Amino acid sequence: MDLMSSLGDGFLIALTWQNLGLAVLGCFLGTIMGALPGLGPSNGVAILIPLAFTLGLGATPSLILLTSVYYGAMYGGRISSILLGIPGDEPAMMTVLDGHPMAKAGRAGEALSLSGVASFVGAFLATWGLIFLAPQLVKFALLFGPAEYFALFALAFATLGGVSSTNQAKSAFAAMLGLGLAVVGVDTQTGVPRLTFGEVHLYDGLDFLVAIVGLFALSEVFIFLEHRHGEADADSKKIEVGRLTPSWAMLKYCTPTMLRTSVLGFVAGVLPGAGASLGSFISYSMEKKLVDKEGTFGTGDPRGVAAPEAGNNAAAGGALVPMLSLGVPGSGTTAVLLAVLLSLNITPGPLLFQNNPDVVWGLIAALFIANIMLLLMNIPLVGLFTRVLMVPPRILMPIVAMVSFVGIYGISGSSFDLLVMIAFGVGGWLLRKLDVPLVPIILGTLLGNTMENNLRRAVTISNGDYMTLVDSPLSIGLWTVAIVGFILPIFVGKVIKGRMRNRRDAEGSTSD
Amino acid sequence: MAFKHLRTALAVAGLALTATAASAQFAPEQPECIAPANPGGGWDFTCRQVGKSLQDLGLISKTMQVVNLAGGGGGVAYAEVVNKRGDDNDLIVAASSATATRLAQGAFPGNTMDQVRWLASIGADYGVIAVAADSEIETLPELLDMIKNDPRSVSVAGGSAVGGWDHLKVLIAANAYGIEEVRNVKYIAFDGGGEAVTQLLAGSVQAFTGDLSEAKGFVDSGDIKVIAVLAPERLEGEFSAFPTAKEQGVDAIGANWRGFYAPEGMSDEAYDAWVSMIGELYASPEWKEIMAANGLAPLDLQGAEFEAFVSDSVQQIQDISREIGIIQ
Repeated sequence: MDLMSSLGDGFLIALTWQNLGLAVLGCFLGTIMGALPGLGPSNGVAILIPLAFTLGLGATPSLILLTSVYYGAMYGGRISSILLGIPGDEPAMMTVLDGHPMAKAGRAGEALSLSGVASFVGAFLATWGLIFLAPQLVKFALLFGPAEYFALFALAFATLGGVSSTNQAKSAFAAMLGLGLAVVGVDTQTGVPRLTFGEVHLYDGLDFLVAIVGLFALSEVFIFLEHRHGEADADSKKIEVGRLTPSWAMLKYCTPTMLRTSVLGFVAGVLPGAGASLGSFISYSMEKKLVDKEGTFGTGDPRGVAAPEAGNNAAAGGALVPMLSLGVPGSGTTAVLLAVLLSLNITPGPLLFQNNPDVVWGLIAALFIANIMLLLMNIPLVGLFTRVLMVPPRILMPIVAMVSFVGIYGISGSSFDLLVMIAFGVGGWLLRKLDVPLVPIILGTLLGNTMENNLRRAVTISNGDYMTLVDSPLSIGLWTVAIVGFILPIFVGKVIKGRMRNRRDAEGSTSD
Repeated sequence: MAFKHLRTALAVAGLALTATAASAQFAPEQPECIAPANPGGGWDFTCRQVGKSLQDLGLISKTMQVVNLAGGGGGVAYAEVVNKRGDDNDLIVAASSATATRLAQGAFPGNTMDQVRWLASIGADYGVIAVAADSEIETLPELLDMIKNDPRSVSVAGGSAVGGWDHLKVLIAANAYGIEEVRNVKYIAFDGGGEAVTQLLAGSVQAFTGDLSEAKGFVDSGDIKVIAVLAPERLEGEFSAFPTAKEQGVDAIGANWRGFYAPEGMSDEAYDAWVSMIGELYASPEWKEIMAANGLAPLDLQGAEFEAFVSDSVQQIQDISREIGIIQ
């Protein structure tokens, strides 16, 4: 087959000792950068660009190094999400929801290795998707105009219900708060600054990374400070790591979840206006709607760990489709990779597959290599990672605070961002006291801007006619899913829950 | 952090390899380029590409450190340079028409163009107006007639915010064609030129305003057709097929220049050294190749000439912006 021989050529290009060495280096650095709060995949890749240039690497080796970092960071983000409840980067946010409870319940090892496997599955399937479907997917992406994007985001938010466990009103409040925060900055549709108070730092809006690190990491530190005197508290939650590898039963139990969310995440990644964060978000919330009949999502359900991890890694692969075949980056990281390609005198776009097949297939082969390497690297390291949990909080928390400050300052080089981060930390501490979930805030901030812009683009194009939002079969379909996803649980949720409770008693625990 | 050490190690290695390459007496010790945006954008490209090429040509002995200082459409970096890095001899900052536009519209609160020293340009990206390949529109006047008759019937997509350079380009053209109420031109802002072109292909909008480099890949693949280049005369080489706006009777020129500025307090010695380094880079055949590959047209201005050019372009943008009511 033609594709297979091209792929074979790709492996010939990628499989040299130098390239393998670069892949190992990239995977390792990427994993670390992903795990450190504040340093995400896009910064990780950006930081290593000078290295690629200094070493005088050619196009393919550079891409191998940088995509290894990219995939590595996507893997690494989950580590701090699970162990500390602090997402290492935006796409790993959803992993906090079930990963951290699992770690608290003494199943950190399982959560880490399961999420490693899920990441592998997601990325692996996405790479195949990239090979076989790239040209067709481009056509699919072109079906999405502003109205369809708006419907897609609305769908994501409609299924938000119960992303966080307890109080629906509180998670709705949190989402609204996030959407409100997304308004800050210069409005691109009118060029007018909103809620910036003349402060030039706020013109581009609030940085998600700053918000995440503040809300999750710093507020954790504040909580710790508050309880510091209760030394007994720290002793009482003696942490167990549990087994280091997931049982076959658990893997089998999570397989359908991983497959479904890989597809979903991949599709979200392909759409240039969506990206990995939406991929993991929608993977988690759809999966919850679909399989969480017992209400265990959010309390440490392994499927709640597998879903977002498979989803976000698949989205990372999917995001390469529009980058390579349209020259349009679907995420911050692919924007950086695009810049690297350009500076290597390679123009991504409709003709890349014809003009530079060696680069494309070398890259794809590199993705496979990086992915397998990451799996091999991550599973044995689970034991090492989990040791973080053994560090007593009085040592761990100052380190978290330090890494947060250094990380954020290192990226933005601006003390203003540190103040914003502290403000978010205090806000996060207050909201935790009020038992308001933090994840919907970030989702609102992260997605709110794009959602609003697409709504306004659609309505401007149609000269103010709101019917444009339901003008295509695709958008009608998306709205239907959104409405069903929103309304169905309200009506049938109680019935199903009651029935499931009975059945669960009969079947016993299946989640183990 | 491991990469920090690595980077230092590499920097040391780089130093050992290249003894002294630059002929000027001043040589930056820690060459640094601020890209006033997140990685991946045009400014980031300017810094990285120039940094890499300067090193390849042996004009600087160390790797140019690229710092991404995003925020305020370049305003954060501008304020940082003016307020905190005012006398740094090793620092240059990427700039473009977007910088001039924001300075002209007072979008960098409290800052003006004479608070920095303008170094040199490295090329210009001429504006284009394009439509989908299967569009019935063939020429710029056809498009502008449609806008004139019913501004609501045509949506023009661009990668900059309202009031930004992509928006201004189409307004300049409309204005030159005699459309009185340019404010009625329907402009839809997207997050970057790539997304705007995609929406043109998707059929959501009827026209695209952007830079030639953004459109190039899609023209090559036959997905879109350029109906006008906003250049004074036809471009060279593969771009010569595109008609200019001028030859179609629309006297509109819009170039997105790319270049650098430096802190106001930079010593004259350092300023001259940077100017000559970038000038030497511009003159090199390697840079010509990079320009060709990226659709950059010639714009060869250094030192005082460049300073005057930026000043003119700020003035011009101010006039248009006032005319269309973006500023009072």
